[in-house]
Amino acid sequence: MRTLVLAVPGWPGHLAGQHVDVRLTADDGYQAERSYSIASAPSANDRLALTVERLDDGEVSPYLAGELRIGDTLELRGPIGGYFVWDIAMGGPLLLVAGGSGICPLMAMLRLRQSAGGTVPTRLLYSSRSLEDVIYRDELDALAAMGSSLEVIHTLTREQPPGWEGFHRRIDAAMLSAVGWPPTDRPLIFVCGPTPLVESVADALVNLGHEPARIKTERFGPTGG
Amino acid sequence: MSEQQFHLDGNAAGGLLQEVFVHDITDARGACAACGAVGEMGAQHLYMFPLAPGAVLRCAACEGVLMVVVHAGGRFRLGLRGLAWLEMKETPGSS
Amino acid sequence: MSFVSRAFKGRPRDQSRDARVPPGQYVVRDFPVLSAGPTPRTSLAEWSFSIEGEIDEEKHWSWAELRALPSETVTRDIHCVTKWSKLETTWEGVSVDTLLEGVETAAEYVMAFCDGGYTTNLPLEDVTGGKAWIAFAFDGQPLEAQHGGPARLLVPHLYFWKSAKWIRGLRLMNDDSPGFWETYGYHMYGDPWLEQRYSGD
Repeated sequence: MRTLVLAVPGWPGHLAGQHVDVRLTADDGYQAERSYSIASAPSANDRLALTVERLDDGEVSPYLAGELRIGDTLELRGPIGGYFVWDIAMGGPLLLVAGGSGICPLMAMLRLRQSAGGTVPTRLLYSSRSLEDVIYRDELDALAAMGSSLEVIHTLTREQPPGWEGFHRRIDAAMLSAVGWPPTDRPLIFVCGPTPLVESVADALVNLGHEPARIKTERFGPTGG
Repeated sequence: MSEQQFHLDGNAAGGLLQEVFVHDITDARGACAACGAVGEMGAQHLYMFPLAPGAVLRCAACEGVLMVVVHAGGRFRLGLRGLAWLEMKETPGSS
Repeated sequence: MSFVSRAFKGRPRDQSRDARVPPGQYVVRDFPVLSAGPTPRTSLAEWSFSIEGEIDEEKHWSWAELRALPSETVTRDIHCVTKWSKLETTWEGVSVDTLLEGVETAAEYVMAFCDGGYTTNLPLEDVTGGKAWIAFAFDGQPLEAQHGGPARLLVPHLYFWKSAKWIRGLRLMNDDSPGFWETYGYHMYGDPWLEQRYSGD
């Protein structure tokens, strides 16, 4: 994983949850384009942060997470999206469900929440293969330790450290019921990650009685990295 | 590549749609002309380059084609027949 | 376009000006999966293939009937409009000539129609004369669902969007009419050697 901080002169600002499209051009004119969620909270400056997971057989991610140097220029389009966004005014309680790199847009929401005083009751359920794969691990621990009504619950699906007492299976209805707010609390729910995870989680939440209109989804896919 | 076709959703077409529409489409609500289901375009199923030669947005309820966008040869061609209506917000992210 | 990303190479692509690679294409070794919709899952018991339209009597084959017909194994290069080409692909299928044996028609065009609703149009002469097959195996194995199984149309001399996946029949037409991608701007014919990708090319 590598976080890129981009200086974008004239950046109009963004909402937590939005993304940008990055386009790379080779010297023969060949182009490749990928979408990346903006991981930084909205702020007054012209900077935004993207967190890129390097996929070994990827085409764009090895360049962004490897070759790219400070001073290089990127072609960007954005900010994009108005559906998968959270703003303080939207309130809560908030249930954030992430699979793998799906944590990135949710991180922007958590950072926004923190910079605004962090009182919206929030629970993050985050599925990773192992503890080593957890992105922003230290920052999430620190945010959760602040006592600002944020709980971070991990589930490690492939490998767990010795003594692990947390969840160690894929997210399912029982886990969502145990971790999430009851439907009567009418939480705002954001689910982001690979398509199969997003779909099974969204279906389970609806079956648990959550209002479909309060569940927002963003699918990430194997578009080549 | 595994057997399963991993479609994305309307969020991933947001950048392309920004080139065509003034207002954000991911948060636009629309009605499927085939089954009547109403929902935000960001929640609908997307089949798009590099997985398809254009962007095909399909109804999450019935998989009927809602919208097709092909950007090629210096043009954007839109197919909108699958939407009975489409409603956009003036300000993205507002309620 | 003048912007170039410093040191960006992109996926390995064979840019050799090999005469067997059409203009604007690059050669790949994998087999990319492209689709305009969800993968249909039609059981072989339900599957049928039809020839209909401008024909006196429609013709139908069940899966067993199709497989009982003589089939051929062919090796061809295939070219996708999204610019990748794959060389020496091996398919097994029933020649469309076999299916059209005995069919009398004045039609000059066909519309291939498929599970999931996909369609694509072709001149009749481009699916006859040994140029097209209903293919049910790729590389010696039954055709995978994501690549169009149980059977797809195979028309290698045209861009591969014409090789309709999940084909269920051909409708004979007197006049040309745009199929799915053709309606949205892709070329009505699609000759890779003339780079006929989009209408107006």
